[in-house]
Amino acid sequence: MDEALLRSLTPGVLAILVRRGADFAAAEDAVQDALLQAVRVWPADPPRDAKGWLVTVAWHRFLDATRADTARRRREDLVDEERAPGPAPSVDDTLQLYFLCAHPSLTPASAVALTLRAVGGLTTRQIAQAYLVPEATMAQRISRAKRTVSDVRFDQPGDVATVLRVLYLVFNEGYSGDIDLAAEAIRLTRQLAAAVDHPEAAGLLALMLLHHARRAARTAPDGSLVPLAEQDRGRWDTVTIAEGVRILQAALARDRLGEFQAQAAIAALHADAPTAEETDWVQILEWYDELTRLTDSPVVRLNRAVAVGEADGPRAGLAALAVLDPSLPRHTAVAAYLHERDGDLATAARLYAEAAHKAPNLPERDHLMRQAARLNARRHR
Amino acid sequence: MAKYLLLKHYRGAPAAVNDVPMEKWTPEEISAHVQYMRDFATRLEGTGEFVDGQALAPGGTFVRYDGEGRPPVTDGPFAETKDLIAGWMVIDVDTYERAVELAGELSAAPGAGGEPIHEWLELRPFLTEPPTVTE
Repeated sequence: MDEALLRSLTPGVLAILVRRGADFAAAEDAVQDALLQAVRVWPADPPRDAKGWLVTVAWHRFLDATRADTARRRREDLVDEERAPGPAPSVDDTLQLYFLCAHPSLTPASAVALTLRAVGGLTTRQIAQAYLVPEATMAQRISRAKRTVSDVRFDQPGDVATVLRVLYLVFNEGYSGDIDLAAEAIRLTRQLAAAVDHPEAAGLLALMLLHHARRAARTAPDGSLVPLAEQDRGRWDTVTIAEGVRILQAALARDRLGEFQAQAAIAALHADAPTAEETDWVQILEWYDELTRLTDSPVVRLNRAVAVGEADGPRAGLAALAVLDPSLPRHTAVAAYLHERDGDLATAARLYAEAAHKAPNLPERDHLMRQAARLNARRHR
Repeated sequence: MAKYLLLKHYRGAPAAVNDVPMEKWTPEEISAHVQYMRDFATRLEGTGEFVDGQALAPGGTFVRYDGEGRPPVTDGPFAETKDLIAGWMVIDVDTYERAVELAGELSAAPGAGGEPIHEWLELRPFLTEPPTVTE
């Protein structure tokens, strides 16, 4: 059974239940039950109409739960006006679910969890495993999130930008654990981009595809990080790159630039270079200037300093770095790199070691420590 | 089964035998060390004795309650703190002897020159739930 296909039906089924009058929290539980039953039953007895099957089972689950509830009157009202397993949900319904799960009243962690469950159809256990927390913790996080949005009207229009930020968060943490969150984020963003006419949704999808295409080359067999410049470009997934570039070009042609399109453009320029040496840093720097204008984020300014170092030389890069807050994450690592390019190996080695102690994750720490070790070994030879 | 915490210290443990800071190793020595740690955890997963392993960033903050309606007070990080935890591994083993044996193996992770670090690890038993049957 194709589990991804099964899960792709989740938002549509959930939307039908909500349209029929089920409250979101109860409907969401019922859909989860139906998905679990499908996993059990379908391999032996596949239904002819997968979505109709899910709607029927989820609706009965919902009614059973409501029956057991104190809301008897409400249930009877609903049964009275029960409709035939309904019309195919419109694209809008799926979009409304995205808005609800990314509602601004939710914390980012809650929005991520709720999106993965209600839109993505992942189980609480899978989400807990992906984020390395106990299942009970994740269950609480999800039920609190559902309570938080319980008063939000389902047909209220939402902000696509908040949805995009949630999907970006899912993607960015996507390479740990058994559940492939990066692939899941791409699936959900693809679904969103099909449902909404928004160049930034396309921009985010392109950005994800272009980064995902380098995935196999990002880590060595021993699990260590391989920086972009040292990656074996033959291992990049050219089909995915081509798709990302195509989506990006179509988005850019609409002339409504946003930060995800600009980031995707930078990723596309890296993807386009046959070797690291042939990277078009001048154009990349122009995109960083554009990105700075769009977001003015300190992290963008830091990455821009690297691009300045490549386009105009390490001294220029260090000058761009000098005006930034030294407490920025990875500031020390960037300084170390630029000093190395400038030939000051002693300073670079010291800064790499310092950056290693500040690194936010183990692969990065190990990588920076190796950089320090490499320079120290060379200097003492 | 009993759970034990193996604590690795940045500072505060007695000096290791092979006491060279990591940035003075060669990149290959760092890789060998990382691989040893990973293999160790994988092996313990295989024997059903691995519970958790985490590394901590060195900088920390002290926080305490400061009374009703006030934000918590924070202090630190203190560069001079004597004892600094670098990370831990939690194991679930049958006996104290087994815990000591595994801590010894972990301490043999290779460092400079590919030689074991002989690093001092702190072994702390978890307090357990009170037993149901008491006599």
